[in-house]
Amino acid sequence: MNMLELFIDTFVATMRDVLPITAVLVGFQLLVLRQKIANVWRVIRGFVYVLVGLAFFLMGLQEAIFPLGELMASQLTNPEFIYNDLYAQGITTIQTVRWDDYLWVYAFAFSIGLATTLAEPSLIAVGMKAEQVSGGAVSAWGLRLAVSLGVAIGVSIGCYRIVTGTDLWLYIIVAYIIVIAQTFRAPSMIIPLAYDSGGVTTSTVTVPLLAALGLGLAATIPGRSPLIDGFGLIAFASVFPIMSVMGYAQVSRWLEKRGKEKEKEEERDAF
Amino acid sequence: MIPKGLRNALRPLLEAVRDLAPIVLVILFFQGFVLKQSVPNMEEMLVGMVFVLLGLALFVRGLEIGLFPMGEGMAHAFAKKGNVFWLLLFAFLLGFGTTVAEPALIAVSGKAAEVAAQGGMIETTEVAMESYAFGLRMTVALSVGTAIVLGVLRILVGWPLHLCIIGGYFLVVIMTYFAPHEIIGIAYDSGGVTTSTITVPLVTALGVGLASSIRGRNPMLDGFGLIAFASLVPMLFVMFYGMLML
Repeated sequence: MNMLELFIDTFVATMRDVLPITAVLVGFQLLVLRQKIANVWRVIRGFVYVLVGLAFFLMGLQEAIFPLGELMASQLTNPEFIYNDLYAQGITTIQTVRWDDYLWVYAFAFSIGLATTLAEPSLIAVGMKAEQVSGGAVSAWGLRLAVSLGVAIGVSIGCYRIVTGTDLWLYIIVAYIIVIAQTFRAPSMIIPLAYDSGGVTTSTVTVPLLAALGLGLAATIPGRSPLIDGFGLIAFASVFPIMSVMGYAQVSRWLEKRGKEKEKEEERDAF
Repeated sequence: MIPKGLRNALRPLLEAVRDLAPIVLVILFFQGFVLKQSVPNMEEMLVGMVFVLLGLALFVRGLEIGLFPMGEGMAHAFAKKGNVFWLLLFAFLLGFGTTVAEPALIAVSGKAAEVAAQGGMIETTEVAMESYAFGLRMTVALSVGTAIVLGVLRILVGWPLHLCIIGGYFLVVIMTYFAPHEIIGIAYDSGGVTTSTITVPLVTALGVGLASSIRGRNPMLDGFGLIAFASLVPMLFVMFYGMLML
């Protein structure tokens, strides 16, 4: 397809998506707040950057990443790939699905979850704000890495669930219990940020690839329905980052404490 | 010496390279070593990657000079004005307006209508499926609007976030028992799809701006959390919608 056409299409779609929110912002600014915006042209330039940037970003994803990523997801979940050896022997009906037949799928889910979350624009935004507000105590990169690890682990477990066909709600409820337990132990400063990171992880980059993976798995495993079992991966990708971000704060506090104790010991030893 | 303008333009570009490198590595590894295939349309992929890079760099720069200052500026202005009604109306429209046109939501609600029709929960006619999908979309948009209102109220009043969210989770668990089976996966997912790339920076800036301009609020403790509401409330609303419709 013509690049220019594709760009215009994506740009128009982005505009349509952004139009309601722009109307709300401008309407309130002009009618309710009636206040001058500082550096108004700079802000407008910023909005244009965001729009054009998002259009470029989405177009590039559609051109470069999504087709290949989705193809790979369907190939990796294809029984012909999973049961390569059996197919070579001429056996094409798979009787029982064992969870460890799908090790490559879990590995793919883990790494694609990690990689796409690192590139997620809304998480970049939250990371920037968190670093600024915390005065550098929470680093943008550290937060994003923690969130990405959470997504990676969550999505792998989500794939395991689809393969084994266990109930979604069981996993989610256990995850919630862990989140609640952590909430009472983790440093209180991190908690709002951790809860927020559950929501930001799943948008532009992650969702299409995860959906392809989930649907591919559910469609090829006997006894799974893509319509019922295909959903739910996003839920995993939203709950696990909450745990990993609180975990990140707990570990860094523990390391800090241990560092201080060591320092004290060394001081004592010096005497 | 590199001029300041150029340096400002280069930094997001370099960061974008760092942010995107993992995806490329993962794809190359699985394509080359696991599936043992070459990358089809290498040229198209390279061109696409350049667009992704430029786009991400522009987006980040635009956040710094546009979306963040705007969101925070409006939060300060609302706090100064002191009119809670306008602030809450703004919060509602911000949540509703960004969600109602969200492409991911439109896609998910269409799929959900298919599930319901195949499961025999609604009629398999076009009209019935469309009205179900539309209702679902409106439910989610309303729920995000309500969520931002609740989140802003929390910042104003100073309720501790974890109690709100844990309470919300309990409601989710309880409703899971009563909601029809077909809606649960969609309900759980709907929490994730609602928060789009433009909503998140604006909503975050609004929360942080409000918390830093209201006396006695800590931007770190009170400023974040709006997105958490926006991912929780839709689950409740969608399950409720399922109980009503199915």
